[in-house]
Amino acid sequence: MSSRERILGRVRRALADVPEDDTPYERAVARDYLREHGERTAEQTVDLLAENLADYRALVHRTDAEGLAGVLAGLLAARGAATVLVPPGLDEGWLASTDVTRVADRAESTPQELDRVDSVVTACAVAVAETGTIVLDGSPDQGRRRITLVPDHHICVVRVPDQVVSSVPQALGRLDPARPLTWISGPSATSDIELDRVEGVHGPRTLEVVLVG
Amino acid sequence: MSGTFVGMPAFPVAARDAVRDTTLRGNLRHATHTIRAKRANAVAELPDWAELREAGKRIKDHTLRHLDRYLERLEESVTAAGGTVHWAADADEANRIVARLVKETGESEVVKVKSMATQEIGLNEALLEEGIHAYETDLAELIVQLGKDRPSHILVPAIHRNRGEIREIFAREMSEWGRPAPEGLTDTPAELAEAARLHLREKFLRAKVGISGANFMVAETGTLVVVESEGNGRMCLTLPETLISVVGIEKIVPTWQDLEVFLQTLPRSSTAERMNPYTSTWTGTTDRDGPRTFHLVLLDNGRTDTLADEVGRQALRCIRCSACLNVCPVYERAGGHAYGSVYPGPIGAILSPQLRGTGSEIDASLPYASSLCGACYEVCPVAIDIPEVLVHLRERVVEGGPVTRAGNKVVLQPAKGHAAERAAMRAARWAFTRPGVLRTGQRLASRTRRLHPRTLPGPGRAWSGTRDLPPVPAEPFRDWWQRTQGVDGGKGTAK
Repeated sequence: MSSRERILGRVRRALADVPEDDTPYERAVARDYLREHGERTAEQTVDLLAENLADYRALVHRTDAEGLAGVLAGLLAARGAATVLVPPGLDEGWLASTDVTRVADRAESTPQELDRVDSVVTACAVAVAETGTIVLDGSPDQGRRRITLVPDHHICVVRVPDQVVSSVPQALGRLDPARPLTWISGPSATSDIELDRVEGVHGPRTLEVVLVG
Repeated sequence: MSGTFVGMPAFPVAARDAVRDTTLRGNLRHATHTIRAKRANAVAELPDWAELREAGKRIKDHTLRHLDRYLERLEESVTAAGGTVHWAADADEANRIVARLVKETGESEVVKVKSMATQEIGLNEALLEEGIHAYETDLAELIVQLGKDRPSHILVPAIHRNRGEIREIFAREMSEWGRPAPEGLTDTPAELAEAARLHLREKFLRAKVGISGANFMVAETGTLVVVESEGNGRMCLTLPETLISVVGIEKIVPTWQDLEVFLQTLPRSSTAERMNPYTSTWTGTTDRDGPRTFHLVLLDNGRTDTLADEVGRQALRCIRCSACLNVCPVYERAGGHAYGSVYPGPIGAILSPQLRGTGSEIDASLPYASSLCGACYEVCPVAIDIPEVLVHLRERVVEGGPVTRAGNKVVLQPAKGHAAERAAMRAARWAFTRPGVLRTGQRLASRTRRLHPRTLPGPGRAWSGTRDLPPVPAEPFRDWWQRTQGVDGGKGTAK
């Protein structure tokens, strides 16, 4: 007997008390929790996102479509970045005002090569106001998962208010589970020393979020 | 010091030593009190916490009641997404599978994301016997591994260490394992985190094989979820060419939508955050992004035995948040090591004796490692009634009875050490069903009360070693009632 059959057999014997007509999934779970917490206008939702991002030490900037290239150029210059990773589908206009050397997101690059890049600029798939979270789904304007992980400085552009939802349930509804997702809430952190939160371990230690709208 | 829990003494013996360690008690008190207040605040932010908790409980219960169906569904969807599913009935089989998969890649080192399942099966030790070095990359796991220590908390395995001790371990041990700690390392947490970043970076960048667990597996989509803080999880999940995930069979949820409950309750219960810094989800493999090969090892190792117990099976709802540890007065004082398992605290006290059986001294003693205060049940985000299961397991230890071990129904003999307890209970039952005997006994006890010892003799000594015997009143209650309130007592007749 294979272990698969053995385990499934054990499970079935263990569940001998469960009746054939046990409550089906659809009725077994009462989903009477809230779809979002509180009522807010689209503008207030964006404000809450900014507030919660900042609460977990992300640096938040706000601008409009025309000002974006200037803001990004300014952030890269302030950081002193010489190189910036660019996902293949990133809007070309976004980096029009900076002459920092572009590094393409290629499958062939080694992790060591990525480690030598100073910054990375990406878009996002959705942002969650209540938790201060941005979610990347590997779309062409966000690139492979590792490009937002190895460089120490991540700038993420969020289009507001379109890409902002209030809550976790709303975010999951917008996302495709077949894509690899990365949910990011502030820079890398740890609570492992005396259960106190310290920012900055393995992921980017500086996370800047630019809200464009 | 060994990294395993084999041959642990019973909880009271181990706890007695731990309670005498004032540094340990200070460290634990500081850490658990820090997180308690924060968790309460994070939970209070959500007015629908009770509904989320109930939904989490029901999702897990439903899944467990139909686990065979969801396991088959999960296997189907993971396979369709490009993953390979393996089944492991016990720890040895899981370790053999993982060792074989690593060897097939030709590699002799792996990087690991913190995982309770791989701790439980002793994967690192098993891999080492096969010549494979497993590097723990979670900061607390690193502290434990470098210190040749044992984990003492589910979420923060090095909670028993303070910053000064961590600094010492890093300065002393890092050079043995790779990049040494920076010169002049101080004990500020930020500097310690930086030392870990530098030490592990070279390992991440060259790693070809990553090993993880998972917080959730979604049956309908085949998606796995890892919830973390530091980014070490992302490193292990995306940089290597091969990813092997070892996950307990109880980690399934039926649908993608179910995550909306747990991604709200888990971070707030564990680190008291609205959301943890990083959550990764992946479904099989993705073309030219992340690992090219993905293996999922589904682990039983006592879980189906636990499932067979209709009262005890609720322990399988656990999402490993560790809120119950942080509020437990017993854990706070005894620390995690005394529980003799990778699962310490209240949840460990009901999980370990079910996963491993109550055959050993430590496992038979764990259901008693509680004052039954119920704080653990209060904070549990999936409403596991830990006190109920503790009492149920105590009964099993004392009375014996039918249980399932390794898939087989067996009848457990009553435990030896509890003969006095059983005799006392039998005597009580005899006396309480005979009013005349009870009355005579009570009057006798009242009249001789000046002669009563303050501690019990013989087998009762252990019980009265930490408690005062209750004083016997000068007059039994029923006599007093008869005298003052009864029909013959005249005045103030009771209604």
